[in-house]
Amino acid sequence: MAETKEKQTYQAVIGLEFHVHLATRTKMFCGCRVTYGDPPNTHTCPVCLGHPGALPVLNEKAIELGAMAGIALNCEVADHAVFARKNYFYPDLPKGYQISQFDEPICVGGHIDVPTSDGTVRVGITRLHLEEDAAKNVHVGESGRMHGSTGSLIDFNRGGTPLMEIVTEPDIPTPEAARATANQLKAILQAIGVSEADMEKGQLRCDANVSIRNLDGSFGTKTELKNMNSFRFVEKGIAAELERQREIIEERGRIEQATMHYDPNKDEVYSLRSKEEAHDYRYFPEPDLLPLELSREWIEDKKNRLPELPAEMKKRFVESYGLSDYDAGVLTADRDLAAFYEEVAENADPKQSANWISGDLRALLNEEGIEISDSKVGPKHMIELISLVETDTVSRSAARTVLEHVFESGDAPSSIVERDGLAQTGGDELDGVVEAVIADNPDEAERVRGGDKKVVGFLVGQIMKATRGNADGGQARERLLEKLGS
Amino acid sequence: MDRTMLDLTAYELARKIEARELSAREAAEAANARIDAVEGDINAFVTTTPEIALERADRVDERLKNGGADGVKLWESVPLVVKDVLSTKGTRTTCGSKILEDFTPVYNATALENFGGDLVMVGKANMDEFAMGSSTENSAYGPTRNPWDLDRVPGGSSGGSAAAVAAGEGWWALGTDTGGSVRQPGAFCGMVGLKPTYGRVSRYGLVAFASSLDQIGPMTRDTRDAALLLQAISGHDPNDSTSAKVEVPDYLSTLEDGISGLRVGVVTELMNAEGVESEVKSITEKMARDLEEAGAEVGEASLPHATYGLPAYYIIAPAELSSNLARFDGVRYGKRAEASGVHEMYRRTREEGFGDEAKRRIMLGTYALSSGYYDAYYAQAQKVRTKIIDDFRSAFRDFDVLISPTCPTAAFELGDKVNDPLAMYANDICAVPASLAGVPAISIPGGLSNGLPVGVQLMSDHFTEPTLLRASYAAEKSSDFRFEMKP
Repeated sequence: MAETKEKQTYQAVIGLEFHVHLATRTKMFCGCRVTYGDPPNTHTCPVCLGHPGALPVLNEKAIELGAMAGIALNCEVADHAVFARKNYFYPDLPKGYQISQFDEPICVGGHIDVPTSDGTVRVGITRLHLEEDAAKNVHVGESGRMHGSTGSLIDFNRGGTPLMEIVTEPDIPTPEAARATANQLKAILQAIGVSEADMEKGQLRCDANVSIRNLDGSFGTKTELKNMNSFRFVEKGIAAELERQREIIEERGRIEQATMHYDPNKDEVYSLRSKEEAHDYRYFPEPDLLPLELSREWIEDKKNRLPELPAEMKKRFVESYGLSDYDAGVLTADRDLAAFYEEVAENADPKQSANWISGDLRALLNEEGIEISDSKVGPKHMIELISLVETDTVSRSAARTVLEHVFESGDAPSSIVERDGLAQTGGDELDGVVEAVIADNPDEAERVRGGDKKVVGFLVGQIMKATRGNADGGQARERLLEKLGS
Repeated sequence: MDRTMLDLTAYELARKIEARELSAREAAEAANARIDAVEGDINAFVTTTPEIALERADRVDERLKNGGADGVKLWESVPLVVKDVLSTKGTRTTCGSKILEDFTPVYNATALENFGGDLVMVGKANMDEFAMGSSTENSAYGPTRNPWDLDRVPGGSSGGSAAAVAAGEGWWALGTDTGGSVRQPGAFCGMVGLKPTYGRVSRYGLVAFASSLDQIGPMTRDTRDAALLLQAISGHDPNDSTSAKVEVPDYLSTLEDGISGLRVGVVTELMNAEGVESEVKSITEKMARDLEEAGAEVGEASLPHATYGLPAYYIIAPAELSSNLARFDGVRYGKRAEASGVHEMYRRTREEGFGDEAKRRIMLGTYALSSGYYDAYYAQAQKVRTKIIDDFRSAFRDFDVLISPTCPTAAFELGDKVNDPLAMYANDICAVPASLAGVPAISIPGGLSNGLPVGVQLMSDHFTEPTLLRASYAAEKSSDFRFEMKP
């Protein structure tokens, strides 16, 4: 097909920009607590409200977490960094400027390796810098946006929350790889404890710069894609934007530099028309803060105190538990799931544990859309379940049913087996069932005796049906063939 | 009215109260009465706070009566004039601007907290709007008049603080100095004005004009009072990252140690700076000779880039200010103009709230930071600043103290320069180098020119206030000039 062929000549150029709340107890430049969901304006002070004469004081913990994130992303941590004022007017910005970093950020030049279905992609990290979050505007009225609202309120609880901006190189080839990059980054940040990175709480926000490479290899005009509040929407939003750009190119139109928004309900992107001209933020060094001087020793110390990163953990899972690359990758992509696995694997067969957790359990979690930490299934349940299968107390298929019940109720697997009579049918009991099935299906039995194997499956099916699935399929087949002498 | 009490220095008054010859309440009452008597002529205050003064004076007296066991500091009993740019909890703080006409802060500036919780404040002194100006004519609350000559300006931006003390409406005052705003009005009103080393006094609660330059400083009747008031307000503040972790020495104890062998350099470039009147120059030379007689070794010093300080200052200060004043947007506090949308609200609030000079400097600073102009203006000015810092560093290898005029002339007439910004700015030529370098500088009266006081500036290296004060004290001793309450 001509269209497909033409499509293949387009090359997407995607770069991501993350804003991440750092897991500090207090705000970036004052002693107010960082909280989520508290009543509005209950965590404010003259500093984070921008009162006249108030001055910022740097949160040392935020510097430490920023440096640790940089190290984990293979960045160079600067020994000298400078905070700068980014000047613009907006009601959620109490000082009329945001304290950020400009030409001398705390970290530059790193990379992460991102597993995708097309293999590993190395995504460069351009820079990582520290800043303060803005407050939150709440627009009153039906639209929920400033435009068309009847009034606006500001909640300054969020204002001044320590924020880390991470910018990637435009190295990401596909929407799927963008999602994987976001996932990988989140896993790294969670693993080292610099952020909870919960998108729903706004602790992690992701924007994308999207363009299609020109035929001569140069970069096309990029657009900025905002408002993607889940990684799934990152993937879908970028795909939608690429599709929009492709259509424009094919109609020989011109792509305009713009800020696009993704509407997940319609699965399409739209541009918010803004009369405002390009911003001139008039950056200049923040005179209220001294330049940040980080000694080599300090940086080394942070490096040494860095917990195991997902990539390292994955390698260890492969080596010490004998897992496949895939299983190890799946398990270590989620810090909590990895910890869950390790607890189970201590007390059960590591491979069986991996199969159950990365397969059945994860499927249940995904179906419900919850995290392992919110699930009723504990490591103890998993260990018991695996042992029930190993001792032939339940069949593999019955065990799956048991897991579903545990997932729903949090009850112990053994009590579910007892309650629902899911114990495996074996021994004399199974022999009795096999004989009954032979007696009930004389024609088929005769054909098997005569060497016709086509109906074996049918008879095994009858056995399984009679035991309500509580027999092991292999065992049932073995007994059947034994009794029919073939 | 008991003029004898009003004629005392703050130190003398404090000693008398300490000896129970007078009470803090009597002092506060005397100041309140004097304010009632002369304020109509002077207009030194935006807000007077007679009740606060009395109430707190009573508290100080009460503590003194209890034997001072709870540690009443010497300075606490002396009523203080506070420039209206320092945040005072519960008392409105206008910064001389209409935009903060009804603004009442929720916290106290650290310098005031350091002075003491029972600070006997007689009022908030008038000033050029957001400390921008050299005449106190840029105030939304009317100009302040110079008590020496009511047709003349008291200088600025701390003109209200200077005039209040000169007129006996208080014994001493706090001003703020960004490019001479303590020293120049001190000079114009025949007083001592001390700008401490940048970082010596916390800026927390000082409503920012130019953050890298602003310092709070004493404005007093003599050097000893300046030393005492500096003692009261200094020290590291965890709330101000630019405040230095340098121990605060006992400024009074070394004041009278003499200046034998002190190396004093007369700054050639500032003696010959544009506009310096010959009488001002000769008064400065006389003080240098007096110091020599008192035992100092006097020579010629050079700050080769000093006169480039003025243009550099008028880039850096407005640049920082354009950003510092952005918070006055009508959203959270202060004036808010009625408008249909947020952008219109911003525009009208700032249009109506700021005066001409504030607007002028916001535009200058915004321009200097704009993309495409940053390197030519702001970055270039920072390079000049570095040159000036180097100049001082090398001068302080040869000299302990530098001497120059504080400003080119004595007090000028009201209305004289208010419509000529460049002439007004030129007044700061001798003051801004020390500001840019962050070194301490003091202005002390050197004598009279046509019946008006003329200030002489002494400068020393970072955190060498004891040396500076010692030199100032010695110069004062050899001078004929004595503080006189006017009018």
